[in-house]
Amino acid sequence: MRNLRNILDGIAPHFTGEGRLQRLYPLYEMLDTMLYTPGEVTSRAPHIRDAVDMKRSMVTVILALFPALLFGAWNTGHQHDPLAGWGTNFAVGLQALLPVLFVSYLVGGFWEVLFAVIRRHEINEGFLVTGMLYALILPPAVPLWMTALGISFGVVIGKEVTGGTGYNIFNPALVARAFVFFAYPSEMSGDAVWYLPDAVSAATPLAVAASVDGASGIRLLGEAGYTLQEMFWGTVPGSFAETSVAAIALGAVLLAWTKIASWRIMAGGLLGMSVLALIGNAFASSFTNPMLALSPMHHLVMGSFAFGLVFMATDPVSAAQTDRGRWIYGFGIGALVVLIRVINPAFAEGTMLAILLGNAFSPMIDYGVLRANISRRRRGYAKQ
Amino acid sequence: MTKKTLDPLVGPMGVNNPITRQVLGICSALAVTVKMDTALVMSGALIFVLVGSNVMVSLLRNLIPPRARIIVMLVIIATLVIFIDQLLKAFLYDISKQLSVFVGLIITNCIVLGRAEAFALKNGVGASALDGLGNGVGYGIILVLVAFFRELFGSGTFLGIQVVPLGLYAQHGGWYMNNGLMLLAPGAFFVLGLLVWLQRTISGYTED
Repeated sequence: MRNLRNILDGIAPHFTGEGRLQRLYPLYEMLDTMLYTPGEVTSRAPHIRDAVDMKRSMVTVILALFPALLFGAWNTGHQHDPLAGWGTNFAVGLQALLPVLFVSYLVGGFWEVLFAVIRRHEINEGFLVTGMLYALILPPAVPLWMTALGISFGVVIGKEVTGGTGYNIFNPALVARAFVFFAYPSEMSGDAVWYLPDAVSAATPLAVAASVDGASGIRLLGEAGYTLQEMFWGTVPGSFAETSVAAIALGAVLLAWTKIASWRIMAGGLLGMSVLALIGNAFASSFTNPMLALSPMHHLVMGSFAFGLVFMATDPVSAAQTDRGRWIYGFGIGALVVLIRVINPAFAEGTMLAILLGNAFSPMIDYGVLRANISRRRRGYAKQ
Repeated sequence: MTKKTLDPLVGPMGVNNPITRQVLGICSALAVTVKMDTALVMSGALIFVLVGSNVMVSLLRNLIPPRARIIVMLVIIATLVIFIDQLLKAFLYDISKQLSVFVGLIITNCIVLGRAEAFALKNGVGASALDGLGNGVGYGIILVLVAFFRELFGSGTFLGIQVVPLGLYAQHGGWYMNNGLMLLAPGAFFVLGLLVWLQRTISGYTED
């Protein structure tokens, strides 16, 4: 350890002050603070003094993603060939996932470093999360050049245009996903995303449930062989890490326990989704829409709802900031997911669009909550 | 000619561009830029209307009663727009059909009324004509640039000629696909936004 520190200190003069590589200081700073917790800490208000800095909290998010990632890798192989052993499945899955993850980090990292060098600020650790989230919500057979184009768009238009990390209106990983979704809909549509090379494409549960007008979505799922249990554990087709609600729940517990993601947003999302799904159930018999029959449980385990709610909607920058606002924001997202899934025939999955819309409204929600609080206290004051 | 007389002509083509700097005429810039040919024809139509209305308003500027000036200017603009619309229908029927209502909507284009009100009412005929030409060409440059990128990435063509090699496409054994987002209106927003970004980085101009 001492040697590593010596090496870092030895090369430091090149990057600071008059050093020749001074423009590349952000790269040095990134390496240094990644390996060693920096000595400087916040000492004054308004910052809260805490042992956890940005890098540590981002690493926690990565840790929380690991169950879903590992399961996703196995499941990718499992969907490719259900009869092979788990080791083979895992290897096949990693073969599909690692190049996507690598390209996402490499290309996104390039833009990140470029802007850090031009704008002379430090490289932000948020990208570690963005790059991984983006890779994990892509369908397994996504071409690598599309991956690269998407993450470029996400980092540049989704984040750097508005001033970099902390100033982004939308979750950059979702902006990237939305870009590839609208640019190459045939590869990304969310209904038949499952094809590794030489494997047959299979319809995802969401597409199956919406497939026949006038039938019940639950019956259609049953006929296709998708049980609730299977969809909960995640052995169904879908994007890399979105399928297993069990694995995502592990991450959710870690995030909520360390208070890195807001449990209010997650709870609000579940509530909003359940209310809308139950309203749909009440009308299921009077319309031919097969999706109306799906219970809240189905909506929870199908598609990317769980993944989006836990990892994307809770993004600390683009989500609502007030506690009451978080409930409203989460509720809105949950309700919109069901609305888009059920009512809108153009989109099989609504999570991505619902969260982006939630992002757009979160400042307004916060504003409303603050105004309401101010007028409530003003009324209380007037009574005295 | 001195630099000052050329100002109304050159300014709007570059730093004072009506679309990227003043953010006027956005609606048509989104609507007609899927293909280069429609963008070119639209630019031509706007240049014609803009120069014509600027010249006429400038000629009449001492006769127009200030209280009724908007309605007089609109009559002039509407006449020119209907004229060019009929002309396109007669000679470029296919493109005129693709442009649909957007030629007619030049009447409501903020650039035309804006230049008549802000420039032609106060300046001589020569300067007004130059100002109309400058703003029209400035509008056209942006339209054609946006259309160039949208057509190239959205359809793989340039003025209708295939430029991305067909062998590259996925359906011919390659890997490439056209970008569907470029065919949608948001695609124009993104290209336009990047152009504004580029222009402001070069000129150093910032809002507020």
